[in-house]
Amino acid sequence: MADACISLTVNGTIHCITVPSMKRLLDVLREDLQLTGTKEGCGEGECGACSVMLDGQLVNSCLVPAKQADGARIETIEAPKWAVIQNAFAETGGAQCGICTPGMILAASALLARTPKPTLEQIREGLAGNICRCTGYQKIFDAVQLASRRSA
Amino acid sequence: MSLVLRKEVVSKVTGQAEYVDDLHLPGMWHGITVRSSIPYGTIKRISFEDGVPWAEFTVVTASDIPGKNVVSLIVDDQPYLASEVVNHLHEPILLLAHPNKYILEKARSLVKIDYERLPEGPRRVFKDYLMEKGDVDRAWSSAAHIIEGEYSTGAQEQLYIEPNGMLATASAEEGVTVRGSMQCPYYVHKSLMALFALPAEKIRVIQQETGGAFGGKEEYPSMIAGHAALLAFKSGHPVKLIYDREEDMAATTKRHPSRTRHKTAVAEDGNLLAMEIDFEIDGGAYATLSAVVLSRGTIHAPGPYRCPNVRVTSKALASNSPPHGAFRGFGAPQSIFALERHMDKIAKALNLAPEEFRERNFLRTGDTTATGQLVTQELDLAGLQRRALTHAGYFEKKRTLAKNGTVKKGIGFATFFHGAGFTGSGERYLQSVVKLHVSSSGRVEILSSMTEMGQGTNTVLTQVAAQTLGIPYEWVTVLRPDTARVPNSGPTVASRTSMIIGKLVERASEDLKRKLSLPPTYTLTQFAAACAAHGPLELSAQFQEPGTIYWDDQKYRGDAYGAYSWAVYVAEVSVDTLTGETSVDHFTALQEVGKVLHPVLAAGQIEGGVLQGIGFALYEKVLFRDGAMINNQMTNYIVPTSMDVPPISVLFEEVPYEHGALGAKGIGELPMDGPAPAILNAVEDATGVAFNHVPLLPEEVLLG
Amino acid sequence: MRSHLADFDLVIAQDIAQALRLMANGDWRPMAGGTDLMVLFNAGKLVHHKFVSIAKLSELRAITVSEDAVTLGAAVTYSVIQSNVVLQTEFPLLCQAANWTGSVANQNRGTLGGNIANASPAADTPPALLVYDADLELISERGSRRVSYDQFHTGYKKMELQPNELIANIHLPRPRRYLITYSRKVGTRKAQAISKVCFNAVAEVESSVIKQVRLGLGSVAPIPLRCRQTEALLTGERITSSLIAHARSLIATEIQPIDDLRSTAQYRASVTQNLLGEFLGRFL
Repeated sequence: MADACISLTVNGTIHCITVPSMKRLLDVLREDLQLTGTKEGCGEGECGACSVMLDGQLVNSCLVPAKQADGARIETIEAPKWAVIQNAFAETGGAQCGICTPGMILAASALLARTPKPTLEQIREGLAGNICRCTGYQKIFDAVQLASRRSA
Repeated sequence: MSLVLRKEVVSKVTGQAEYVDDLHLPGMWHGITVRSSIPYGTIKRISFEDGVPWAEFTVVTASDIPGKNVVSLIVDDQPYLASEVVNHLHEPILLLAHPNKYILEKARSLVKIDYERLPEGPRRVFKDYLMEKGDVDRAWSSAAHIIEGEYSTGAQEQLYIEPNGMLATASAEEGVTVRGSMQCPYYVHKSLMALFALPAEKIRVIQQETGGAFGGKEEYPSMIAGHAALLAFKSGHPVKLIYDREEDMAATTKRHPSRTRHKTAVAEDGNLLAMEIDFEIDGGAYATLSAVVLSRGTIHAPGPYRCPNVRVTSKALASNSPPHGAFRGFGAPQSIFALERHMDKIAKALNLAPEEFRERNFLRTGDTTATGQLVTQELDLAGLQRRALTHAGYFEKKRTLAKNGTVKKGIGFATFFHGAGFTGSGERYLQSVVKLHVSSSGRVEILSSMTEMGQGTNTVLTQVAAQTLGIPYEWVTVLRPDTARVPNSGPTVASRTSMIIGKLVERASEDLKRKLSLPPTYTLTQFAAACAAHGPLELSAQFQEPGTIYWDDQKYRGDAYGAYSWAVYVAEVSVDTLTGETSVDHFTALQEVGKVLHPVLAAGQIEGGVLQGIGFALYEKVLFRDGAMINNQMTNYIVPTSMDVPPISVLFEEVPYEHGALGAKGIGELPMDGPAPAILNAVEDATGVAFNHVPLLPEEVLLG
Repeated sequence: MRSHLADFDLVIAQDIAQALRLMANGDWRPMAGGTDLMVLFNAGKLVHHKFVSIAKLSELRAITVSEDAVTLGAAVTYSVIQSNVVLQTEFPLLCQAANWTGSVANQNRGTLGGNIANASPAADTPPALLVYDADLELISERGSRRVSYDQFHTGYKKMELQPNELIANIHLPRPRRYLITYSRKVGTRKAQAISKVCFNAVAEVESSVIKQVRLGLGSVAPIPLRCRQTEALLTGERITSSLIAHARSLIATEIQPIDDLRSTAQYRASVTQNLLGEFLGRFL
């Protein structure tokens, strides 16, 4: 029986759903839970557009099968906890077309959680798993630095 | 004016912005495209093997097309679906739809197509140009120096992070509605009219939030929209057709590969006497936009220099690749790469510093370009060059950058221009229209077909209206481009939006003030009162050519563009002699772009374009087999990451252009032109070796 | 996403015994972090269809330090490796390799055992494991056995691992006598790059004499490669320019690089020689 009954806590809400066991967490979020803020850019774990937090860790949701996420605590861009970083992105011009932005914000948050006052080098490294084709990254770096300064 | 936030930024940073794959319609099915697995030949037989419940599928072939099986663009040679002959690998042959998207790939693998492969014939010429000034042939015998060179550029994939996608509904009664990722709703509209043999009012095209485009969604969306619509029409269900990354990279358009030959006559004192340039691009299997890419590449080939005798011969050739198409710069990055490498070569041959040689030959106000266009604006390229080089510390670094360790450093630059808007009579032909809807409370809605794809169109058009009217930014909104509701303002291409469409918004706003009988200065309250008194209004502005433009399309002479932006880009590089790797350590981008309407958005365009140019120069190689891309995964097609990008210094100068909105000229494509030649000039400075092809990969630097 | 979901199945192992039972006749394959398998799955190229997840088995996620070895459970992730103090101090090349692999998001999920079992000659951890003389513990329903890592890969994507076997642990012998470490990855860009050449070296050097040296290379052969002939040439020798030249020539004959999507055999050979030269040049 290929379908699995799984329980996911997504942005604080518990969902019990039955999905094929190998369905990607990305698709479970977008299709079963109608949370379309997490995007697919490559399906290979290279672009980071699908980044979410799984049990507090940044992961590429296009590479996580649903069954492995059973029982996990998931946070997506829709969670109301990224406001400082979101505002920083808005003010510095860190978002252009916006498709990489949700994943980029998650990656930035993960970075600031482990390194609250990152150097520019650390920012570059922390975001290296998120490809942006529009901005040339400069204003994304500015956004992370601004968010870092504003987080006490 | 205070710096406003991007109009749609909240929806983008919260993940609420709706891209086509985020949409869902009741009863929606999913589509997939079955493509040719040979580059050239005839289709003999199509069969459907067991393994999926075929009765549940809708299958569309060319014979299901109600109207014309052609993607309307310019030459109309490209079919929506191949029926007898296939002309390139991955050419669409048939379409499948099913309610379960997860069964589609399996179904695709069970469609068996037998072909008769044919040998590829001679390459036909899609288009050629001859652009001449003076008499090149008489210059050689008297020239003190004649310098020749050959330069080439590879294909480049736009790699918008959101792949192509469309969601269509279609029926004979209701007509066709398509929502999706695109730059040009009216291009799609026109093509769907022909595909379905339906009148304009039965076709509706809506642009969804678009996750990057860069030209890659200028013409291709017509194809995928037609496919989605054909499936919707036959199945009776809405159909969503989204490409995955592999398919998007393999099957859709790329930047045209190019080869340029230069032969230049120079006087002893360094003055250019004659430039003979031969420019060739590979168009792929169908004409699509190749003639226009060729045009722009041709016009930009002699660059921002004063030269009495110029001949440019150019051609776009067919090949069995999937058609190449628009990508930011649109021919200019290719020919400018060649020119700016060649200028350094000439300087070296004459023992002149590259900046001195260029300064001697820069166009000045009152000179004419290679097409005979008079430079009327205040132009001081020497001043721009001086400022850029000084800011980059060029003179000091040229002397002192280390070249004796295992890592050699160098610095190089390029000087260039980029014409904004459609060439010559193009804008007149487009007859773009913009409308304003004004409510009785003074709220203004801008209606145009210009698409926001990250470049800031919505913000800039809003600003122009708000500033012209003296009302708050929040009182102005931009309607989502929907052909049922907005007029045809032309395509969102050619760096024309802020300059040309912004100008229409400015004019319509001026018209509104007149219509409301407002005094020269007024308060917001007075504005609101006037709107209340007048009731809801619609105003319209249509493009009028500034009387001064003259262009001869046959001879390729005259005023090629209404305005040019001018730039000097400086690259500092390190070349690791152990590995051949080149990294850009610092980049300076200085440009004169008319009035900068929004400094943050403008800088964002430059920074993003510079990084794409760095990718073009050093990383992004498309590997072809049988004409199609084989490194079609993001792990194998290398774009720069946050760890690869250098610090980028952006400097603006402003010489307002009276026919551009609030004085603005185009900037979107300009930054693509400078990085590749600046970087390769820097690599030559670092290593002493001249490399004349991009992308320049470590394998070539290390081994030659 | 090109795979037909209904054709696949994934279960979570409650314990190792259950995983091994399912794997016993080769029908079920283990999945750890999924960062290799799911890429194949998304591309419609995943050959096997039934998977048992071992990612959360605590017995496979521990890092144990004893007097003579550091033992890593096969499901230890790259992130955990990088944050472990003993590994940072005594096995820095492994931490560097973990840092080079993919991105932060992939490092949070990807595992050392998965990297080994994926058997790509371009993987970043194998060269470090080679120079650290790693030993693998393989288990099945029938028992366990140890395989020296340098014997594990037998050919391109072929390894000393039966379909019913699971990599349980990776043992890294202690104490480390090598004072000198060197590693360099040459890829297509600075991050998220598959290597063109991956060069790891450890050496014990005294008064310019190489007492011991290990050279572990990736992307220059069908398998991750120990360059034993070059090691033998260098061992016990005083470093001179002519020895370096000789070593450079020799290593070029030991490696078997190819032309592929990313690079060329000639480039790989030249870079390998140059990196060897850079490493040895430090002792001149």
